[in-house]
Amino acid sequence: MIPSDKADRRIEPADETELADAVREAAEEGTPLEIEGGGTRTFGRPVDALATLSTARLSGIVAYSPNEMVATVKAGTPLTELQAALDEANQRFVFEPIDHHTLLGTEGKPTVGGMVAVNASGPRRFVAGACRDSLLGVRFVNGRGEIVKNGGRVMKNVTGLDLVKPMAGSFGTLGVLTEVTLKVQPKPETEATLAVRGLLEADAVTVLAHAMATSTDVTGAAHLPELTAGKVLDGALGSEPATLMRLEGFESSVHERAEKLKAMFGRLGEIETLDAERSQRLWSDIRDVKPFADQRQRPVWRLSMKPSDAHEAVMALRMEAGASAFYDWQGGLAWVRMEGGNTLSGLVRKTVAAHGGGHAMLIRATPSERRFAVPFQPQAKPLVTLEKRIRDAFDPKGILNPGKMVA
Amino acid sequence: MTSIQFLKPDPSILARRDDIVSSLRSVLPDEAVVSDPVQLRAFETDGFTAYRRLPLAVVLPSSTEEVAAVMEALARKKVPVVPRGAGTSLCGGAIPQEDAVIVSLTRMSRILEVDYPNRLARVEAGVTNLSISEAVSADGFFYAPDPSSQLACTIGGNIAMNSGGAHCLKYGVTTNNLLGVTMVLYDGTVIRLGEGELDPAGLDLLGLVCGSEGQLGLVTEAIVRLIAKPAGAQPVLFGFASSEKAGDCVADIIAAGIIPVAIEFMDKEAIAICEAFAKAGYPLDAEALLIVEVEGSDKEMADQLGRIVEIARRHDVQTIKESQSATEAALIWKGRKSAFGATGRVADYICMDGTVPLSQLAYVLKETGEIVKRYGLRAANVFHAGDGNMHPLILYDVNDPVKRQKAEDAGNDILRLCVDAGGCLTGEHGVGIEKRDLMTHQYNDTDLDQMKAVRAAFDPEWIFNPSKVFPLEGRGETDGGKASADPDTRPSPMEAAE
Ligand SMILES: Cc1cc2nc3c(=O)[nH]c(=O)nc-3n(C[C@H](O)[C@H](O)[C@H](O)COP(=O)(O)OP(=O)(O)OC[C@H]3O[C@@H](n4cnc5c(N)ncnc54)[C@H](O)[C@@H]3O)c2cc1C
Repeated sequence: MIPSDKADRRIEPADETELADAVREAAEEGTPLEIEGGGTRTFGRPVDALATLSTARLSGIVAYSPNEMVATVKAGTPLTELQAALDEANQRFVFEPIDHHTLLGTEGKPTVGGMVAVNASGPRRFVAGACRDSLLGVRFVNGRGEIVKNGGRVMKNVTGLDLVKPMAGSFGTLGVLTEVTLKVQPKPETEATLAVRGLLEADAVTVLAHAMATSTDVTGAAHLPELTAGKVLDGALGSEPATLMRLEGFESSVHERAEKLKAMFGRLGEIETLDAERSQRLWSDIRDVKPFADQRQRPVWRLSMKPSDAHEAVMALRMEAGASAFYDWQGGLAWVRMEGGNTLSGLVRKTVAAHGGGHAMLIRATPSERRFAVPFQPQAKPLVTLEKRIRDAFDPKGILNPGKMVA
Repeated sequence: MTSIQFLKPDPSILARRDDIVSSLRSVLPDEAVVSDPVQLRAFETDGFTAYRRLPLAVVLPSSTEEVAAVMEALARKKVPVVPRGAGTSLCGGAIPQEDAVIVSLTRMSRILEVDYPNRLARVEAGVTNLSISEAVSADGFFYAPDPSSQLACTIGGNIAMNSGGAHCLKYGVTTNNLLGVTMVLYDGTVIRLGEGELDPAGLDLLGLVCGSEGQLGLVTEAIVRLIAKPAGAQPVLFGFASSEKAGDCVADIIAAGIIPVAIEFMDKEAIAICEAFAKAGYPLDAEALLIVEVEGSDKEMADQLGRIVEIARRHDVQTIKESQSATEAALIWKGRKSAFGATGRVADYICMDGTVPLSQLAYVLKETGEIVKRYGLRAANVFHAGDGNMHPLILYDVNDPVKRQKAEDAGNDILRLCVDAGGCLTGEHGVGIEKRDLMTHQYNDTDLDQMKAVRAAFDPEWIFNPSKVFPLEGRGETDGGKASADPDTRPSPMEAAE
């Protein structure tokens, strides 16, 4: 079979039962399905499917009670719809989900299910957890076409095995999410960001580690080296390296903690303060990888490592190839663009392994590169065996997004 | 009487006892294998003391390699294995069975690495929860999940039960603070999940392992997240004339955008018991009491407490006690933290752990009172109100089989009520044997079969903890459910945990 990018058959079930029927049928026929939410998060290995199964019609907020800080939503609900409901109640997702639009140049509307399926998280993730940490319950259709529920609507739950966590970030390979329940939280009164300028990467990571060792409750800790700094806030930040610390909370408290950090780091030079409005725009630019949203298809990697290791891996990469990078999560998340245009996955993986480990994921690349470059991090042998058995437990025929997470 | 059943011990395993013990001795130092019946008694129950079974043997390995060697030896002989930490489980999760070997992790209690720049600690599974915080406290850090049993319970047990504590409202439970584990599978294979980075490569198996109650493998090491200590912490205590008023107050605090680190609730019965024990100055005339804790600098705390007190006043708060000093703050917490121990002095109790949506708290509390009354029993309620995790302590007398049965029945009714109110059977204590037979009330067969299929991917032969979590129907004969043989010799993990 010559792999095409999109299967020609499209299934759009109207509800969960229809969806389950469609999957059961596909399982009986052995028809591989590509699962689609909004189609905005096109990473992972391209799927060789005979049909596309869309969750688009499973849409709507099932229950949202701001007082309980919990929202239950059908998987195909556009994220904007839920976001609008949250805004109205002055609440938010604590995990700050990344919108992949900008970086990947995709069209379409991100769905809540898609967000959960890729465990989309943003800058606050390093202190407040990822999407999976806010995910309280799921309903999904497994590869046998059975409707399964796990977790619930409450904040604490150890009733049986936690299948909620592995469903997040399983890229539709274990089951088709039909409904998810997420924890939300009140928006803080205000926020501000401090910017220390001109630091080298190693020093920046040290500064961020020191900030995180204080009681100032920093909820964003990023470093934009030269060239990337000029790409956020429409250039308003200037191109000088910027080491960024976000504070959120009540006005007086943000002010007090900002003063404390300024006193700590004042010797490093003038520290700029970005007010709430600019701070918000800045962190959404960082979240959505704006510095590399350049309409060009140079490959972009996402390295998840220990904060003290990532910049060293990036440094080592730069010795071998053209690469530019910026850092989030106190330095532990490095976004790396390969300037030579090749993915160089062998080199990237070797370099990560040599610098304390962690993992590298190819986020932006052409479909053919994603087919051959192995987008996901390869795992140790016993884990490969175990993962295979777990996948069989959900999708014995291997019909859900087959090959998508192949590493 | 319908006591909780275990699987019937496999006679062919019992008959091979000597052979099994000697194969354990061949892979472990002599003193690390316990087979003397008198010594085995120390392991026959856990914090769920109404039930007990004597294990076949107990091993006390000192390294991941030794654990792997034990598993390799036992898997070949298809001998069930019960992982065990400190044995403080409240749901019988660590209670063995007669044909099982207990693998106790308590000798693996070293802190292997503390890494402040990356805010993590690598520890062995048998390390106690509190000792992690103690090891890093002088440098301004702590490990956040704080079960009241933290002095005794192990991080391995915490991972198995996804344990929480009073401060989870802000910092999350174990799963939100875990970065990696080393785990030995049923056949002795060693796997490592997570190296200290935030996101897993591949499927989130770490999330699956956390809360799996020793069903999937033996955790031998963990990487946990460290957090910088807040500048200060201050509790305030409120007394209310009714539970409803206290509940409404909680809802309004949250609605106001304030997320305190802890909101703890006690009812009149609990107040009386805790006050008699801790002399914490709790208001004995109040129907309900809240302890709300905030963190930050002095100014921040004053600001937040000001807002919280104002909200409490809107709900006719009767008593307000703000702590003026560290000693006073400690005293306010002492009453709450010793709630289980103090109750244990008054009567035997079983502790329920259902969690309900916040809007259902007042209703479930009221119904709980009705249920225990119907059985002619009493209950004391202490719980984590901020996240809806209820802990009714049903008081009974363990030496009175009729009362014991009534207590269990009342407990089951309460848990069904929690599920029916949109909640779950257990928020942080686990299913174990205690809630196993209620699993079908929360999950249908498809839901349970999916979990079992995942379980089988790790442990196809049901080697680990076979009588726990999943209903026993279709899994072979049961042992008829004998309960505690000899209550007077019960060990008391409750007291150890205080
Ligand atoms: C007084 C008291 C207060 C308590 N307060 C709280 C509280 O506030 N919050 C809370 O969440 N819990 C609380 N608990 C319950 C209990 O302390 C927790 O469940 C704790 O995590 C159990 O740890 P442990 O080391 O004692 O584990 P054990 O009781 O020995 O074992 C518990 C379970 O974990 C499994 N297990 C143990 N170690 C491992 C391992 N290394 N690998 C795989 N599986 C393993 C066992 O098989 C068993 O199923 C309390 C208990 C008591 C007695």
